[in-house]
Amino acid sequence: MSWTWFHRLGSPPYVYGLARRLTPWFAWGAGLLLLCGLYGGLVLAPPDYRQGNDFRIIYVHAPSAWMSLMVYTTMAVAAAVGLIWRMKVAHAVAASCATIGASFTFAALVTGSLWGVRMWGTWWEWDPRLTSELILLFLYLGYMGLRAAIEDTQRADRASGLLAVVGVVNVPIIHYSVVWWNSLHQAPSVMRLGKPTMPPAMLLPLLIMLAGFTLLFAALLLVRLRGEILNRERTAAWIREALEA
Amino acid sequence: MRQFLDMGGYAAYVWPAYAVTLAIVALNIIWARRLLAQARTAARRRLGGETGPGDGA
Amino acid sequence: MGSAPSAAAPSVTPQPDAARESGTARGAPALTAAGLVLLRDLTLAFRRRGELLQPLAFFAIVTTLFPLAVSPELSRLREIAPGVLWVAALLAALLALEFLFRDDAHDGTLEQYSLSGQSLAWLLLAKTAAHWLLTGLPLALIAPFAAESLGVSTGLAGVVASVAVGTVCLSLIGSISAALTLGIRRSGVLLSLLTLPLSLPVLIFGARATELAIRGLPYTAPLELLAALAVLGVTLAPLAAAAAVRISLE
Repeated sequence: MSWTWFHRLGSPPYVYGLARRLTPWFAWGAGLLLLCGLYGGLVLAPPDYRQGNDFRIIYVHAPSAWMSLMVYTTMAVAAAVGLIWRMKVAHAVAASCATIGASFTFAALVTGSLWGVRMWGTWWEWDPRLTSELILLFLYLGYMGLRAAIEDTQRADRASGLLAVVGVVNVPIIHYSVVWWNSLHQAPSVMRLGKPTMPPAMLLPLLIMLAGFTLLFAALLLVRLRGEILNRERTAAWIREALEA
Repeated sequence: MRQFLDMGGYAAYVWPAYAVTLAIVALNIIWARRLLAQARTAARRRLGGETGPGDGA
Repeated sequence: MGSAPSAAAPSVTPQPDAARESGTARGAPALTAAGLVLLRDLTLAFRRRGELLQPLAFFAIVTTLFPLAVSPELSRLREIAPGVLWVAALLAALLALEFLFRDDAHDGTLEQYSLSGQSLAWLLLAKTAAHWLLTGLPLALIAPFAAESLGVSTGLAGVVASVAVGTVCLSLIGSISAALTLGIRRSGVLLSLLTLPLSLPVLIFGARATELAIRGLPYTAPLELLAALAVLGVTLAPLAAAAAVRISLE
């Protein structure tokens, strides 16, 4: 078992080059999958027998919600790696995540609300999943606020990284307490996502969209990561090469 | 085509949901590229002020 | 006022030397030092009673706002009483957080703690305990009076218990965010933004326990969940707060 790959990932020039080489693959893959998923979801999938065409919102809502959690987890793991091994590149990854995650959390909230208009008859219902998303948005805003408030990049990296780790420990507690709270105050939610009985014609576009959004996240992350690495790096030699390439 | 756009009367909610998500995707692409472009400009400016390679601040 | 903390600081810093000379087991000095920090914080706080009363006054004022804003009818107030009490307690605890590390960060006491060779997590746990004794416990003790003013006259023991245990959690969560925002000027809003989302489970379980207690129903289940959060907090929060203090002092 060789650990050289891990050590190489700690080297900014290596990661910068790797990110530049990998970005087009992820970006084109994401574009292809998203187009297939949109076509499958909007055209091929049959209308739901109960919700009609409204259920098609799932093809943008579920991937956005998935992004919001996946990005937060990625951010916390990267921050933990950065804190434990004092790895500058890992902190750069964590810093790249926040804006992406917060914006897709916002998208999940808006699409969930639009879905709810028909389902509940109101723009906002204190549904446990939407409530958890809202709190997740607050967690992202707190992270971004703390990062913005500290001028020194290294200190900002470490402080906001610690906050991300504390947050990710709390996310399951928050989620289950919200579910528990909701079960006390109203009947179980009508909206059941990802029910196992979903027919393949509906499920397949959803899976393709999920994969597409994941690749999109990877592409966005790699582009931002290069920017964050450049902002953190002070050794001129390899930057000169990287800028010329 | 009209029928598709109409979404069986659900257009008012389906299309805005897709529009918002695609707008967020587009914004993310723009923001990511702008961040990289700004970082490259800043790095270039830093390098421009130095005499030779290898003597980073 | 600013000179008071530095006057008392030396009473603690010689502790590592004293502990080394006595040559006791590794665990014991940490506890002794933590006990001294606790005593020091309590002594200092009693020299500035005015500051201690601020969160309590804030709590009283917020609970007074609701009858004025909603209705003086006790039957309506009784229904929203658990929520009112808990939101007011949460905001008062948040307000009190600013005092947690501020003075000790200003006069360098925290830096001495982190260099003292003692476990910083234990010292911060002691500081947080002192903070709870000075803000959380008084809040729990005046909560029944606030509840009484909202038309609640039953289950007051449950109100005290849930606010007492809940504020333990709030102080612990707050110790992390207060430590993270140490070096930041005008950190008030940011401190709230960091603390509130993490405090929501405490609010949910606490308000539920209070509600059940007021209605005369068994409230042990949510109270136990709250206690579980407090135990989790006692074990993890001081470690996170110590890491945060080290980062802020760098």
